[in-house]
Amino acid sequence: MRDVAIVAFAQTDHLRRTDELSEVEMLMPVLHQVLDATGLRTSDIGFTCSGSSDYLAGRAFSFTMALDGVGAHPPISESHVEMDGAWALYEAWVKIQTGEADTALVYAYGKSSPGQVRDVLTRQLDPYYTAPLWPDSIALAALQAQALIDAGDTDETALAAVAARSRADAADNPHAQLSGPVPAGDYLVQPLRTGDCPPVGDGAAAVILAAGDTARALCDRPAWIRGIDHRIEAHGLGVRELTESPSTRLAAERAGVFERPVDTAELHAPFSSQQVVLRKALGLGDEVRVNPSGGALAANPVMAAGLIRLGEAAARIHRGESDRALAHATSGPCLQQNLVAVLEGESAHA
Amino acid sequence: MPDILSAPLVVEFPFTRSLGPVQSAFLTGLRERTVLGVRTGDGKVLVPPVEYDPVTAEEIQDLVEVAATGTVTTWAWNPHPRRDQPLDTPFAWVLVRLDGADTALLHVLDAPGPDAVHTGMRVRVRWAGTRTGAITDIACFEPYEGEPGGSAPHDGEFADPVTGIVTPARLDYTYSPGRAQSAYLEALAGRRVVGERCPSCLKVYVPPRGACPTCGVATDERVEVGPRGTVTTFCVVNIKAKNLDIEVPYVYAHIALDGADLALHARIGGIPYDQVRMGLRVEPVWSEGNRHPDHYRPTGEPDADYDAYKELV
Repeated sequence: MRDVAIVAFAQTDHLRRTDELSEVEMLMPVLHQVLDATGLRTSDIGFTCSGSSDYLAGRAFSFTMALDGVGAHPPISESHVEMDGAWALYEAWVKIQTGEADTALVYAYGKSSPGQVRDVLTRQLDPYYTAPLWPDSIALAALQAQALIDAGDTDETALAAVAARSRADAADNPHAQLSGPVPAGDYLVQPLRTGDCPPVGDGAAAVILAAGDTARALCDRPAWIRGIDHRIEAHGLGVRELTESPSTRLAAERAGVFERPVDTAELHAPFSSQQVVLRKALGLGDEVRVNPSGGALAANPVMAAGLIRLGEAAARIHRGESDRALAHATSGPCLQQNLVAVLEGESAHA
Repeated sequence: MPDILSAPLVVEFPFTRSLGPVQSAFLTGLRERTVLGVRTGDGKVLVPPVEYDPVTAEEIQDLVEVAATGTVTTWAWNPHPRRDQPLDTPFAWVLVRLDGADTALLHVLDAPGPDAVHTGMRVRVRWAGTRTGAITDIACFEPYEGEPGGSAPHDGEFADPVTGIVTPARLDYTYSPGRAQSAYLEALAGRRVVGERCPSCLKVYVPPRGACPTCGVATDERVEVGPRGTVTTFCVVNIKAKNLDIEVPYVYAHIALDGADLALHARIGGIPYDQVRMGLRVEPVWSEGNRHPDHYRPTGEPDADYDAYKELV
């Protein structure tokens, strides 16, 4: 296996609306930031991969428009996933493993403000038995939250505490959309209150991956990807045990999470209740710093929020604030699909 | 900075989907007030039934009729029903394990309020008055105090089986084109065509999309182009489009406006279709009430040299 690291990360400020910006206009600044941070130009990048969904803003083939911001002419080696950018990062990592590229630009963006993201996300569900009922994303998360409460894994007070801690941590995150004291609010779908749910907004993020000595040349302290894996569960909600996340657990095992303790975990838990599930699946104790960025409860640009977890974890390693960090991304209803990566700074191996 | 434009945008599509044998039996069964499950290799009964075992991926077809009564395994109270959801009064989302099944079905429960709902409560199907072979043939669940039902083998055979479903999907957006395209559209309202120049390669893009696709940088210098331009390539349209009041054949062309480094496309009029040619010089014809030129017509100038526009073909 080749050693591959995240060598740069940038994200936009995450905002409720960005009407004045098209998707490429929103994305371009973060692309320039990661290129500037490494001194690379588009023509130096071996592979470019992005994650986004046209359904969010209702704009067909928006990812091709976004490529304008990369400078894709003359033609570049490029790919796109209609998924969170964390999976674009996975594809880029595989591409570098094949030896076909030494560097990769990975980006993701989501503009939820033009539509109703609760309804938009129903369109990813089983189209025969589930989507015709239009169960929105909060409703499905609420079913999972109630199952957790029934199982004795949490209660509404504990969920409110998860949300409060996330927004308190986000006070140190200048990009966060929601930080500081945020009222628990009314029930959106009981047992989840507005405070248990992520803010709806627009944002983008980008990272650069590099292999071996290239990474060392581009970054003082690369965040080495020691392991990365993703797993999926059945689409049928009633087939799954919603209080557990076996896919997260398996991905973590295969990524090597349990070989040595991590000091930091960036979990992609858009709902407070999902952080409870993930902590349990990953066996995270109080000694692990969970979501110092505030996580998706502080900013949840759909399709970018998972990539941002990888970027936030990497940035802490870049800054010397972490030696071994776990980064997690999720996709689908009720944590259906999960990606786990282990990132390390070089000194942790010395 | 111009005003930011926005407009309602509706994306709507009736997805037509064919059904596999198990899905067909299940949805036809609902039409006939019969709930079917499917038995997996290890003997579990899945409701709703699927074509392949979610654990082993084995093809499964062993159908079982289960009861229309069951137990709530988790629930969530929805105080504000959304447009296409099954009930328009507050309701509970529920996962229900029907009597005789080992897995739960997602649907809704009609109940007076959240205090009337709990995990473990007993419910039964309320059938829709008109049933077509769809998951919505179950109108909802309702509280039920009677005896639990049982299960029995079923051959899945029904007269006139449902083999496909149409699932309409509609999403509503408020579309904002962003800074560059807003400025372009604002200028069009004044019958001017305004592109943007790349600060790096100096190319002028019309219509501007906000970024130079070659350099990957923002284009922000506004440049008025045209109004005249050159046909760089064209095609003859022979098929009359629905709702379009234009006689065929007509010509649709790429037009490089003077000063632009990207061709836009428009219809050519004012000249027989078989006389349009590459290099033809054209100008816009505006009509009342339209933001875009209705079409372009010949200016009468001599044709442009190929060398003058070959980079834009």
